[in-house]
Amino acid sequence: MQILLTSQQLTLSLNRLSHQLIENIIDWENVVFIGLQPRGIYVSNKIVALIKQLSPKQKIQYGILDITFYRDDVREELHTATKTDIPFSIEGKKVILIDDVLYTGRTIRAALDALQDFGRPQKVELCVLVDRRFNRELPIQPDYCGKAIDSIISQKVKVNWDKEEVVLY
Amino acid sequence: MQLSTKHLLGIKDLLPSDIALILQTAQQFKEVLQRPIKKVPSLRDVTIVNLFYENSTRTRISFELAEKRLSADTINFTTSSSSLSKGETLLDTVNNILSMKVDMVVMRHSASGAPHFLAQHIPAAIVNAGDGINEHPTQALLDAFSIQEKLGTLKGKKIVLVGDIMHSRVALSNIYLLKKMGAEVMVAGPPTLIPKYIAEALGVKVEYNLQKALQWCDVANVLRIQLERQNQVLFSSLREYNLAYGVSKKLLDGLGKEIIIMHPGPINRGVEIDSDVADGNQSIILNQVENGVAVRMAVLYLLSGRGNS
Repeated sequence: MQILLTSQQLTLSLNRLSHQLIENIIDWENVVFIGLQPRGIYVSNKIVALIKQLSPKQKIQYGILDITFYRDDVREELHTATKTDIPFSIEGKKVILIDDVLYTGRTIRAALDALQDFGRPQKVELCVLVDRRFNRELPIQPDYCGKAIDSIISQKVKVNWDKEEVVLY
Repeated sequence: MQLSTKHLLGIKDLLPSDIALILQTAQQFKEVLQRPIKKVPSLRDVTIVNLFYENSTRTRISFELAEKRLSADTINFTTSSSSLSKGETLLDTVNNILSMKVDMVVMRHSASGAPHFLAQHIPAAIVNAGDGINEHPTQALLDAFSIQEKLGTLKGKKIVLVGDIMHSRVALSNIYLLKKMGAEVMVAGPPTLIPKYIAEALGVKVEYNLQKALQWCDVANVLRIQLERQNQVLFSSLREYNLAYGVSKKLLDGLGKEIIIMHPGPINRGVEIDSDVADGNQSIILNQVENGVAVRMAVLYLLSGRGNS
């Protein structure tokens, strides 16, 4: 087992991502943050909390999205659905999708599909904590990335939130 | 997570964990149904036939909507417009339909056990939408979902089923389900409409006095008098039944507590339930219908043969 991000590095990365996101926000009214269930919301909760700290005057629109019903691998495996909660309109907004690990890109594809059912965003951006580059199966790239790593398919990347570290095994 | 069965023939075959999974999945589908676009692509590649050998309004429309909201292709079959009148057997009809590459069968039949018979002979997944006087599993699931939504949990809640217990498949499915999920169940009605050994066989309380039953419960699920299944006189008249076992506003007001009123439909106003009760604020009858679509979406999604291929 290899540690990709220690607790300290994880905190630094999350801080950097938060600053990068704020840097690119021109109109706060038109930006919404959406964390992807189930594991992406740990990252999005942290990032949204940090952004709140950094810009306390802004009203932040934050939702969570479950993409179970939009997966393209339902033929092989049945996943249990979790909660979706997007209590605002995304029509014409800039949507920032947040997930923990970007791997094949299929989850993000499903998420883009799911987003369409909530409206037509003006723009969608992707923010991930770990990017497993070279493993992509679809033409999807992150706009904000905590750490890009090289890994082979048989390996697994896991964000361990109890110990606050990212490991490769 | 997966269900322990391939078909939904009855609640009797389900594990408590299956029921919990269906109710939990239904919760997510209920959220889908609140969206601007109330549709997900999950079953885009699945074809479902709705075989209704017996009349139905709610169940058939509810299943059809659930299938469409899941993006499945649907075919509808009703006896009036089929070759049944030409003498084709049930198994032949179904095999012919399946040979046209149909993946799932939703079926209602007036003979108890018809879907169980079919399950032994065909490879497709079967959802029982009511078989004779045996079971109506999706109705029990949506009733449970509606109770859970209102009271938070089923465990320890007191539910009374009122009326024609003898001929009601809704009653039997509800009893199985509620017992499995840890609720207390009572049946109430005239002695002629309650099976003799039901207390011993199913572990439910029996009460012949409606007022006492309502006093005891948190939820009253009022069942329709199934005149079409009664081939002998079991009570003297509908008017007399209404006087003794009809749920009236006066009766509810006299309880000194608020109970939830449910009814699986179709309602016979002025027989088992009075209009002002059915339309009153204690009634969740229309919520039940609304929840029916989400619950059936969950059942179809979980049974759609995923993870087998």
